Amino acid sequence: MLSRVADSIYWLNRYVERAENVARFVEVNLNLLLDSPSGMAQQWEPIIWTTGDLSLFRERHGEGAAEKVVRFLSFDTAYPNSIVSCLRSARENARSIREVISSEMWEQVNSFYLMVSEVAESGSLSDLSAVLKFFGDVKLQSHLFAGVMDATMTHNEGWHFGQIGRLIERADKTARILDVKYYILLPSVNYVGSTLDELQWMALLKSASAYEMYRKQGAHRITPNAVADFLILDTEFPRSVRSCILQAERSLHQITGTPIGNWRIPVERTMGRLRADLDYVTIEEIFETGLHEYLDGLQSRMNEVDSKIFETFFALQPVA
Amino acid sequence: MNFNDYDPGDFYDELFVAPGQPRPDAIPLIERMTSLGIEEVLRRQQAAQVALFKLGVTFNVYSDNQGTERILPFDIIPRIVSAADWEVLERGLKQRIHALNLFLSDIYSDQKILADGIIPAEIVFSASGFLKPCMGLQPPGGIWCHITGTDLVRDRSGRWYVLEDNLRCPSGVSYVLENRRVMKSTFPLVFDTMQIQPVEEYPSQLLETLLNLAPAHLTDPTVVVLTPGIYNSAYFEHSFLAQQMGVQLVEGRDLVVADGFLQMRTTKGLQRVDVIYRRIDDDFIDPTVFRADSTLGVPGLMEVYRAGRVAIANALGTGVADDKVIYSYVPDMIRYYLGEDAILANVPTYLCWESSQQSHVLENLDQLVVKSAGESGGYGMLVGPHATQAERDEFAAKIKAFPRNYIAQPTLCLSRVPAFIDNNFEGCHVDLRPYILYGKQIFVNPGGLTRVALRRGSLVVNSSQGGGSKDTWVVCQ
Repeated sequence: MLSRVADSIYWLNRYVERAENVARFVEVNLNLLLDSPSGMAQQWEPIIWTTGDLSLFRERHGEGAAEKVVRFLSFDTAYPNSIVSCLRSARENARSIREVISSEMWEQVNSFYLMVSEVAESGSLSDLSAVLKFFGDVKLQSHLFAGVMDATMTHNEGWHFGQIGRLIERADKTARILDVKYYILLPSVNYVGSTLDELQWMALLKSASAYEMYRKQGAHRITPNAVADFLILDTEFPRSVRSCILQAERSLHQITGTPIGNWRIPVERTMGRLRADLDYVTIEEIFETGLHEYLDGLQSRMNEVDSKIFETFFALQPVA
Repeated sequence: MNFNDYDPGDFYDELFVAPGQPRPDAIPLIERMTSLGIEEVLRRQQAAQVALFKLGVTFNVYSDNQGTERILPFDIIPRIVSAADWEVLERGLKQRIHALNLFLSDIYSDQKILADGIIPAEIVFSASGFLKPCMGLQPPGGIWCHITGTDLVRDRSGRWYVLEDNLRCPSGVSYVLENRRVMKSTFPLVFDTMQIQPVEEYPSQLLETLLNLAPAHLTDPTVVVLTPGIYNSAYFEHSFLAQQMGVQLVEGRDLVVADGFLQMRTTKGLQRVDVIYRRIDDDFIDPTVFRADSTLGVPGLMEVYRAGRVAIANALGTGVADDKVIYSYVPDMIRYYLGEDAILANVPTYLCWESSQQSHVLENLDQLVVKSAGESGGYGMLVGPHATQAERDEFAAKIKAFPRNYIAQPTLCLSRVPAFIDNNFEGCHVDLRPYILYGKQIFVNPGGLTRVALRRGSLVVNSSQGGGSKDTWVVCQ
């Protein structure tokens, strides 16, 4: 498979997944605000902290207020990680590999893009229920894309590159969603363990579509340890970091043909080491390190996997 | 409104002889449309447009912002070509391509046609499409123009003419295939009653043509389609053809010359490429030989090509025969190389570099179409009768300054086919571009792209200038 094509299908999936997760971020915060006691300052900037793009936001929009943040993250065409920009990039990538992906995939990403840009142009954010519906639609369209790809494209090398792209993006974003809680301030230390605290953790689970699955897996009570354990280390929940990395590693080895547990090339080693760490770390150890610090470390290691994939498969240079 | 009220007027109409009197081949179509009624036909017209949009059959317009895509307007009233007409066209096109190919072989080797004084040497050497680095090239099988899209027109009397040969990278064949697909679902019953020649063989024939260029000892040669990328106006077609043939679509940045061969960068390392169907102009194909600022091509490709280690379709250098001055000598080439008279006529052409012809052109600018010799796609031309005096003066100055660059032709009154304009059934001017493949034999795809000027009264059918397209039905014998 052409390196450029593999790169495009990888990013096509990353961008679709990224758009979905931006929708999740914003949605969780909107839900939190609805539950917060009135008079409490609206906390929008934490969301932008977690995207890592706070300085760009300040430059373009000044102080964070609800509508500005929602607009920035959803419809700002000058912000490369906004939902509308992600979809444009996803579509550009899809367009350059139309002869490789199935036509159903192309049609889905195309109509997804048209839907988002239509809303972006009509752009009224005053109606909260319409805004919430929009984020729901974004998630649904993203799931549709993943489903269409799974059901209509041969599960060949290209498909596996797409999977890796989607799973790395998802793992990264689950880690960031969990990190939102670090940034959101409770009114005072007395609120730790209060109803408000619990509501925040619940909203967080919901934004990862994890609330029901969390309740079902046995540890019914909502505690910070158990929530973090579920979102980072669960092996079966498809949005947990560990589960994503497990599957991404499988796809990587499908591509290279190396048996899992061995490595021949550096990218297999980087990915395998990350997966093994997730296999053996405990939630107690994570909290000892500090949840925020641990999540930060996870994100850097996933970035490392991403750059190794780029070097190994996409940036091939002939021997001079 | 009734279809039989349609007045073909003082034109050659492809579907009607007179009001209420369809040509014999068109009778089943007109009967069917009449029984459906105008509203139903209009509804089907809209459904067809939507279908093409969903298929993503789009093109980009150069002057627009990057990434703007449009669909080529599609009109569902087909153009019908009778079996008798097609028989002549097919023979004529084969003859013409045969002669043009011999000309290209000759001009890049012995140049006998120049030595024998059939074509003035300075005309060939001054053609922008004449590429010195191609001298002595020996493309596989002696074939230069593998894919041609010849533009044909008919005048008021119904006589066919060749307007342009398009031996470089003719586009539009994807519309032929997609238009047909849509038409079959629009008028299934008419297809049932009429015997219409299928066009769907094209991708297989194209693949055969390309495979024919690979060295015989290779059991599984690698064929690729080379595109400038997603911002090219014909990107959809490049992608479509690669998909239909099941071959890789590559960009220049995917390719590299290594170990003396052309190779593509894959996730498993470099892989050799044997045949390129290139949709990039000659100038851009190798920055070390042609335009140094090109980022679309592959440095070193020309050397690999010269060594016969990769085949390119069309061969480099074919553009020399697209020069509109050289075009005027095609009937002489046919006589010279084949000893035959041309079956298809050229449009009478005045050459501005000959002083007597130039003064005729300058005196009659208001009746002539002036074209610049090296351009195509409806760019750089003056339609005298529709131009302002200022525009004519501007062209007159250009002609005097660079006579070699200009030719003039009488304004042909192109034949018409009814089409929908603002929901009305009106006569619109058309041309026809059949696609010809030169592989083991010469194959003419039965049909072609009928381009239609959808602006009322307009004679310009190019998609870049507001034209649309129609399906072309060649009736079986």
